[in-house]
Amino acid sequence: MSQPDLLKQPFELGFTYTRSTGPVVGRFLTGLRNREIIGNRASDGRVIVPPMEYDPVTADALDEFVPVSDEGVIVSWAWVSEPREAHPMEKPFAWAMIRLKGADVPMIHCVAAPEESAVSTGARVKARWVDEPRGYITDIACFELMGDAS
Amino acid sequence: MSDEQDVITDIETPIYLKYNFTAGLAPSRFLTQLKNGKLTGQRRAEPDAPVYVPPRGSCPASGMPTDEEVEVSDKATVQSFTIVHIPIPNNPIQPPFVVANLVADGANISFIHLMSECVNEEVRIGQRVQAVWKPEEEWDYAMDNIRYFKPIDEPDVAVDMIGKLPVTGLEE
Amino acid sequence: MREICVVAYSQSDCKSNAGMANEVELIMPQLQAVYKQVGITSAQDVDFVCSGSCDYLQGAAFAFVAGVDALGAVPPIKESHVEMDAAWALYESVLKIRMGQADSALIYGFAKSSPGELPIVLSQQLDPYYLATQWVDTISLAAMQARLMLEQGLITEGDMAAVVADSRRKALQNPQAQLSGETSTEALLNEPHYVSPLRRSDCCPVSDGAAAMIICTVDKAKEWGVPYARITGIDHRIETHNLGMRDLTDSVSTRQAAARAGVADGPVDVAEVYAPFSHQQIILQRALDLGDDTDINPSGGVLAGNLMMASGVSRIGEVFRRIVAGEAGRGVAHATSGPCLQHNMVTVLEGA
Repeated sequence: MSQPDLLKQPFELGFTYTRSTGPVVGRFLTGLRNREIIGNRASDGRVIVPPMEYDPVTADALDEFVPVSDEGVIVSWAWVSEPREAHPMEKPFAWAMIRLKGADVPMIHCVAAPEESAVSTGARVKARWVDEPRGYITDIACFELMGDAS
Repeated sequence: MSDEQDVITDIETPIYLKYNFTAGLAPSRFLTQLKNGKLTGQRRAEPDAPVYVPPRGSCPASGMPTDEEVEVSDKATVQSFTIVHIPIPNNPIQPPFVVANLVADGANISFIHLMSECVNEEVRIGQRVQAVWKPEEEWDYAMDNIRYFKPIDEPDVAVDMIGKLPVTGLEE
Repeated sequence: MREICVVAYSQSDCKSNAGMANEVELIMPQLQAVYKQVGITSAQDVDFVCSGSCDYLQGAAFAFVAGVDALGAVPPIKESHVEMDAAWALYESVLKIRMGQADSALIYGFAKSSPGELPIVLSQQLDPYYLATQWVDTISLAAMQARLMLEQGLITEGDMAAVVADSRRKALQNPQAQLSGETSTEALLNEPHYVSPLRRSDCCPVSDGAAAMIICTVDKAKEWGVPYARITGIDHRIETHNLGMRDLTDSVSTRQAAARAGVADGPVDVAEVYAPFSHQQIILQRALDLGDDTDINPSGGVLAGNLMMASGVSRIGEVFRRIVAGEAGRGVAHATSGPCLQHNMVTVLEGA
């Protein structure tokens, strides 16, 4: 058997998908374009943000939309000290579960913070919007801590 | 109504993922030999076992490893072909061009390669061809060390003999 | 109902980088090993074949089809595939045998995760509108889950480190393990955080490799004349993809699957649980209601080496191995899929 050379080749795999949103996700994303956050009400009355098409327990279609605040509190978080290339931030940041004012179910987004010790569960945060929202979850550039560091 | 007020119905969600591909042991052996200008098939270590070009590590018919290497010829037979009328992105080859399933003499399955220096309309199953190699200094770990295959002046191979020629081809 | 049992299992070493071996080359030795255990020569000698793998891990489209080249599928065989851990390939095979369409099945799972950036590749299995577009990695999701438990007083970082130390120590007895050694809770707690509150040691390593298994009816096992462990219960349950709507401090779906599989119907001598993160082993111990009488993850578990798409079926194999060796009479194997233990399978195995 011949002795082969170890052959390696970096490559990038690309999937240039366009996704249909459907009416529920579409309504949420349309809201984001207007700097508004819209949730919807689950069968048990809880407000879910971002909205879901069907209730995970009852499988009912969910169509009662509820506007919520772009401010909320951190429910849990992870500190990313070494952001990955794909991550939305280049400097260390936190991923967080954030319960927005008016919502019951937390959503996942990133939180900008100068250092890990600045972040805590229960801390209040507010969405920082990109300059030109286009209807993507990333129209919220990140959440920022609301100056209760004092 | 302006676009601003339209309800969003679809979004672009491109996904790009980076990998570092490794070729596998059997393909690496094949490609390393190819860099030396040799087409080397593999078979499980039995004299009559089928020879695979290019090899992937197993004999798919038996599930056994292809431990044995067999040098095959750069002469081949057309097993099937198609005439392509659309360009290949980022490739200088101009349509119409011929892509063929070719079985090298000494191998038992076909690989895909280009045919050129041929009259497209005269390409046929059973036709004999030979590799046209790039200059040796350009050889790399790649099938395109062979630019293309061109017809040679040998009699056609009967359909039931395609994929069964020894490495010596039609010679006795 | 036809009684079904496990008769053969083999797993490759867990390697951080399998280097030159491609998928076929990873699979073939494991298939040869399980054929040998039951005295057959190829996939032609079983009635059904089912595999588990995910092409995205190595970024090779149709790698799962290339894997079939390891089987010797001439003449054609009955073959299927799940884009999941091979534990679910086993589940499909169990159904096939129960329905009487097969008496025996070969199952294999494989992954070469090292060519890609696994936590980022796995981000693309999340909600495609709300999460995948943010590229939330799986380690960060597990870290948020761990923090919920820590801050609710359900675990301590010391508990997590103890799970890791136990895994490393037990893995010393496992020649296929990637990470093993004597370490202490104190030493682990002295390591810096990685994705806080997780340390690197709380996270399973990225591994390349494959595993294979043969299951069959008890009648077939007797015909082959090989030792076996009966599958006396099997069930799997999934939770919502909305992480905010789940109780991440518990595994409701594992509890449901365990109840349906009958985990509590007898003593559990040994359990192998698929916990890619240390705190998840504690969640699973509680959800499966495992006490001090149960030897948990004697192989070291996946903290010692995690073959994506194979570790689930390997958990079943590790329990099988201990039952036929006479080290245990009854055991439980758990497999998981998705972020933060979203989807869980529980299998109960018992001696002949």
